[in-house]
This record gives sequence, structure tokens and C-alpha cells, in this order.
Amino acid sequence: MTRDDLPDTDAFGSFVAREHARGRLVVQPRMGFGDPRRMRAGLAATRAADAASVGTITLDSYTRVGDNASARRAVLAGTDLNGYPIVARPPEQTREVLAGLAGPDFPVQVRHGSAAPQEIFRSLLRAGLTATEGGPVSYCLPYGRTPLERSVANWREGAAILAAHAEDGRSAHVETFGGCMLGQLCPPGMLVALSLLEGMFFLQHGIRGISLSYAQQTSPAQDREAIRALRRLASEFLGGARWHVVLYTYMGLFPRTPGGARSLLRQAARTAVEAGAERVIVKTEAEAHRIPTIGENVRALEIAARAAEETRPAAGGDPDSDVYLEARALLSAVLEHSDDIGTGLLRAFSRGHLDIPYCLHPDNAGRVRSRIGDDGHLRWADTGSLPLPPVAHRSGAVTSADLISTLSYMERRHDSGAAPVPERNG
Amino acid sequence: MRPIPQGTSLAGPGPVTVLSGTSSDSHTWNLVFLQLLLEEAGHRVDNVGPCVPDDLLVDRVRAQEPRLLVVSSVNGHGYEDGLRMITALRAAPGTAGVTAVIGGKLGVDGALAPDRVRDLRDAGFDEVFADGDAGAFRGYLERLVLEAAS
Repeated sequence: MTRDDLPDTDAFGSFVAREHARGRLVVQPRMGFGDPRRMRAGLAATRAADAASVGTITLDSYTRVGDNASARRAVLAGTDLNGYPIVARPPEQTREVLAGLAGPDFPVQVRHGSAAPQEIFRSLLRAGLTATEGGPVSYCLPYGRTPLERSVANWREGAAILAAHAEDGRSAHVETFGGCMLGQLCPPGMLVALSLLEGMFFLQHGIRGISLSYAQQTSPAQDREAIRALRRLASEFLGGARWHVVLYTYMGLFPRTPGGARSLLRQAARTAVEAGAERVIVKTEAEAHRIPTIGENVRALEIAARAAEETRPAAGGDPDSDVYLEARALLSAVLEHSDDIGTGLLRAFSRGHLDIPYCLHPDNAGRVRSRIGDDGHLRWADTGSLPLPPVAHRSGAVTSADLISTLSYMERRHDSGAAPVPERNG
Repeated sequence: MRPIPQGTSLAGPGPVTVLSGTSSDSHTWNLVFLQLLLEEAGHRVDNVGPCVPDDLLVDRVRAQEPRLLVVSSVNGHGYEDGLRMITALRAAPGTAGVTAVIGGKLGVDGALAPDRVRDLRDAGFDEVFADGDAGAFRGYLERLVLEAAS
């Protein structure tokens, strides 16, 4: 549901809207290499894939945590990095990586994971890029030690840097990462609420090209509910933005067999098309083992594209689904704290009105738990101080074996070739 | 009902085991799992969390005087980050003697080459565990208990 009355300056959003109108699911890898030649080769291969693909530059861990000195040392020493160090390399070099590849028919997004993204945003703008992702909560709580208050302040500045750039005619596009939160075991209502709240945060800070993420969880039926809930809430709360929904292929423990990995990837592509998501970020057969090669990424893009072509959008579903009602309750609690989303997020987390299961960050209350039900749906086992009904039957203590068993639920299902759990309609 | 693992399980007597990610590693599930595993082996755990800078870890080890330091890394930078971390610990006053082990996906290409495992040991790690080798780690914890009792 994009808004066509807005100026068509957000290249990333425009490309996705155009492909969606043609009935094509946009597919995207996670891909980043320290070596510029390899980074360029990866982008070229992504562009050449037999699919409606967009490119990715994933940054390395040193750049993500702001340790640009280590990134520069690695560049000078020729040490292998786990991503592209966009801050440590001069903008001219990044422009060379992109030359002749990036453009309106092949937008490139920078993925980073930083709770202090200002320098990264300045660097990507200098290199001529305008699409990136993250969020004040989603790139803080799950990953690092940055206080949430500091992250919110950093992201206010970061969004302002991107929004100011829109004045020279090419506006920025930012994707929320709030639909992921630790990758697994966070119930969909919370993921939908956080994704939308980060989208509202971006909009309040002048970003009008937005994508809302949601990460595939343990039940296709519940995932469809979540994507539809996200779309309904976006149409209710993101007026003035041009937005689309992106589904991340499963971000938890991934199947170890090639067949299991493909099965889970195809499921993600089908879920996206059925529920109306416009874009999918793929995972490869190598996911469980190592950083994938360029070839493995291209194969994953094409597998997802073929699965999408064989799938039709599925109308219907209960508009007032459990996921919608839960997300709406969480969202309302934040808005009651403040109309300013950043302030509302800080107050809600400090009181446990937002709370992420298994998150170790000191600013997360840590009173909630989650579990996978017999029907494969991800549910609350303890709602802590969330503005949600208490759970009737709490389960017992979690052992390390229980945790591994729960974390590896999808790995086992898809590696063993098991049919998906029987689905409810919707 | 035991609460979910959340940072620390410091109540009770006896020495603490400090559990930590490396400076550049943002992964959390490995730390949640290891906290539970260590607790089941009878350890009280101070889980420092992900993205721990070297100086923070040195301060924490100095303050806690742990019987064991467990470092976990799965982002592919474990070799470089681990070398730097253990060198800092071995050089700093009050932390040089701590028993320290590291494990996980330590190299960008997955398993670490034998000479790099040797580098980590030479720099001061008492043990280096491969990814997924929870059995070997449990065995190590059992031996640690026997050594402490003897």
C-alpha cells in the first residue's frame, strides 16, 4: 500500500513499488566483504541474478561498534573482515565499488547494526547511497552495551542526517529492524509493535521512505497474521509515509542441511507473497555453517524468486487477529507514555511495558518469557509487566537443553523434512 | 520457577564464573545458553553480555576474582578479538592469573586452523573449544571441579 501521491525521490521504495505492481517479490541478500573487489563482484552477481533483486552492503563488526581504528588497521594489513568497512574506506573507493551497478533499477541498501549510526550515515551519503536500516531499539537492546537512552539520541541525530539529505532531491529510505529482536523467540505481537514504533520514530524525524520488517518465526499461519497486522497498523499510523513490508527469512538457528535450508527459504517467500509483503531478505544453504559465498547468495535469491512466482496472494484473514490486538495494545501503551516515540519507547522499556524475552541488555526489564505452542505458534509464557493479559498456565524452569531444543525447533522441522504443522485458516 | 537468565545469577556462596562476549561480537543466544549450562554445572555466573570492550572485562575480572572466565565468540572475529582480550588480561595487574577459556565460531571461514588455536593458547587461554563442542566444554567443567576438590 504505497502512497503514489508522494514525490518519487526515494529510489529504494520506488523500485520495490514498481516491482510489486508487476507482481514480483523483491529479493535481497545479506552480503558484505572487506575487499572492495569482492564487494563489487557480489553486487554485480546480485544484480545479474534471475530475480527482482536489490543489492546489499553489509558492514563489518568493527564499523558497527564504531571501532573504526580497528577497521582501518584491518584494511591496511589486508586482514579479512566480516563486512565492508564503509567508514574506514574513502567515499571515492565506495563509489568505485558501486559504479555502473547501483542505480534506479538496482538500488543498494547499507546494513550495519549500529546503535550510533551517525558516521555510517554520513559515509553512505557521501558515497551516493540513500537506503539503510536499523532502529533505536532494535540496534541497541539485542546486541550491545549502549544505554537505550544514548541509542535513541544517536538515532534522532542519525535520522536528521538522512532527512536533511532529502533537500537535494534524493530522499532516504530506512527499514526498521524492530521486526527481528534477537531473531527468535520474541512473540509476533511484540515484533509488529516494535517495527511499527521504529517506523513512526523515523517518520517523526523526517524520513518518509520507510520499510517495516518482520522476521519469519515458527508458524506460517501466525507469520501471515503478523504481516497483515503490520500492514493494517501502518495504514493507521504511518500517514504521510511511503512504506512497504519486508520479511526476513528465519533469523534463528538455521537448518544444517541444504534441503532444510531451501525448504525454510521457500516457506518465507510463500508467506511473503500470501500475506502481501513486497520484499524478502534471503538466507543461504551455508547459513548454519559460515558466511555464504557470492554464488550461494545468488542461488538463494533465485530459489526465493521461483517460490514466489508459484504463489498467489491469499486474501482474507481475521483483521482483528491475536497478533493485531496484541501489537495494538503494546503500541497504545507506548503512545500513552508520550506522543514523542523516542520518549515513549524509553519510558515503556523502563517500566517493563515493552520487554524482550531473553534479552541481556541492562535497560530491558527481563520479566517476560516465551514458548512455542503445540500448534507451532510463538506465545508468551509470562507477560511480566506488559499491558497484556497474564498467562494462565506458566511452564517450569528452562534448562540449557530446553533452550537448545526451543531454539532449534525450525532447524529440526526443516532438516527432517517434516510437513509444516497443520495450519489454521488465515 | 527459576527466572529467565538475565545478566547474573550471583546469589549464594562460592566463587563466580565470568561469562563474556568479545568486543565486536553482538551475539547473545550463545551467552544465554552458556549461562544455563554453567549454572547446571554448579557455577554462579556473572554474564557480562555481548560487545564487551577489553578494559571492561579486565575491570570485571579484577573485581570478581572469578574461578573461571568463559569467553564466547561466534561472529568470525574471535581469533583477533580473543588474542587482544587475553593479552590485555595477562598483562594487567590483578587479572594475569585467571583461568580463561574461549570457544565458538572463532574464524571468518568457520573452524580455526590448528596454528591459530596454538596462537590463542600461547597468548594465554587455558583451553580453546571448537564451535558446537558443548560435550568437551562440559567435560572440562567436570575436570575443573575435580581439580578444585583435590
